[in-house]
Amino acid sequence: MSAVPGRELRIIGFLCNWCSYGGADTAGVSRFEQPTDLRVVRVPCSGRIDPLFIVRAFLNGADGVLVSGCHPGDCHYSEGNYHARRRLELLKHLLPAAGIDPARFHYTWVSASEGAKWQQTVTDFTNRIHELGPAPAFCGASTPEDWAAVALGAANGPGCSDHGGDGK
Amino acid sequence: MSLDQLRQCIKDALPDLDCVIGWEQGHSPATATPLFMYEKQDVDRLVFGPLSVHNLATYLPGLKGKKVGIVVKGCDSRAVVQLLRENLISREDVTIFGMGCNGVISHKRLNRTVDNLDRASSLRMDGDDVVVTIDETEQRVAFAEVCPDKCLTCTHPNAMISDHFIGEKSDRAPICETPPALERFQAMSIEDRHAFWEEQMSSCVRCYACRNACPMCVCRDQCVAQSRDPHWMSQETSPRENLMFQLAHTLHLAGRCVECGECERACPMELPILLLRQTAAAGIRNLFGHEAGVDPEAQIPLLTFAVQEANIKE
Ligand code: SF4
Ligand code: SF4
Ligand code: SF4
Repeated sequence: MSAVPGRELRIIGFLCNWCSYGGADTAGVSRFEQPTDLRVVRVPCSGRIDPLFIVRAFLNGADGVLVSGCHPGDCHYSEGNYHARRRLELLKHLLPAAGIDPARFHYTWVSASEGAKWQQTVTDFTNRIHELGPAPAFCGASTPEDWAAVALGAANGPGCSDHGGDGK
Repeated sequence: MSLDQLRQCIKDALPDLDCVIGWEQGHSPATATPLFMYEKQDVDRLVFGPLSVHNLATYLPGLKGKKVGIVVKGCDSRAVVQLLRENLISREDVTIFGMGCNGVISHKRLNRTVDNLDRASSLRMDGDDVVVTIDETEQRVAFAEVCPDKCLTCTHPNAMISDHFIGEKSDRAPICETPPALERFQAMSIEDRHAFWEEQMSSCVRCYACRNACPMCVCRDQCVAQSRDPHWMSQETSPRENLMFQLAHTLHLAGRCVECGECERACPMELPILLLRQTAAAGIRNLFGHEAGVDPEAQIPLLTFAVQEANIKE
């Protein structure tokens, strides 16, 4: 059950195999209660995460994307997360230009022993996404009427039917 | 005058080269088109001026291994520097004829500003004006109205790298710091940008002209836009898939894009896709203090890192 009241949203988590996936596992083994909106994609290293993974997730309808890797200095492959940090930071800068709220994206570092930090991270991020509400969909509008509806829906915010309707 | 000097210089160099790339008059006196010069007589067709818009550096990676000469303006030379930096071309194979540039004309903008441009019989610069003769009448427009935005903000009007620098150096100063279209875009809310791209991307026809014109897009045969394995994006021309392609292009060019604007110029649908490249380039400048194509020694920022990043707060 989601620890956050209301309908579940679609949050995608890209977790590195060595630290954050372990951290999430530790949180699970310790039976820490967590929201269930997150869908985890396990990757070998945060350095494996092409920023396009995140763009693809958003364009396919994710309401939030969370990336977590080993703390800087602790990468299993020495420097994968240093490379990730640069790319993810650039992506944060580019998202608003693409019309995607950068608050829907977060990256952080969680080690395998930090079950409690993982619980906190997921809970905070999920709460934030619930406050923002469902992301406006790239719905494939193709007529001036559709564009007007998209603009209106975006302006009306999460209460509007354009946001997260089932046909998203 | 410098066109004669340029022609002479190319003629002198041609015997040792497979070809030299420059511009010739296009289908009307109001256009120019790329020219490949193999023989001395080809050089007589060469022109250089405000219509020499194309960034000819785009042809260089495909001609790797050949001895090629190329005429470059300031902005084009940045693409050459970046290609050299990435070992996509080798210095000993290219002969660079560098020019000073006083700005080029956007054919699309000029076409919107004057009537019957296709019937033009001549075009010349007169101070800060462009004078076009159409049906024996002179039409005069301000250069700043019809140049691409990149000329308004140009900080490198002279070739930054050359084997032969021909003619006078240009002393043009930038007219503004931020391109006007980018400024308007930056003032938009995120929600408006979302709707903006839905609308703009609905007219993209996925012709890939933007990619093919880009000097730094060098993996065209293996481009993510067309790969089936992995299948990054479908061929569907929905705003979503089209935006996916534009963001892929933008991210692949991060720290490499020289902001030459060829992608946008080549677009038959006149889509304002440079906005995304300029945003990424500004991000790269702010985060890593890097500008593509100005320093032949500089590492591409996304291929390296600092243990302590100066501008990343965690
Ligand atoms: S050139 Fe224009 S229409 Fe063609 S693929 Fe690029 S953005 Fe789309
Ligand atoms: S992305 Fe556009 S502006 Fe950047 S180098 Fe390529 S063609 Fe030039
Ligand atoms: S868009 Fe990307 S994959 Fe395609 S040619 Fe350009 S750099 Fe290569």
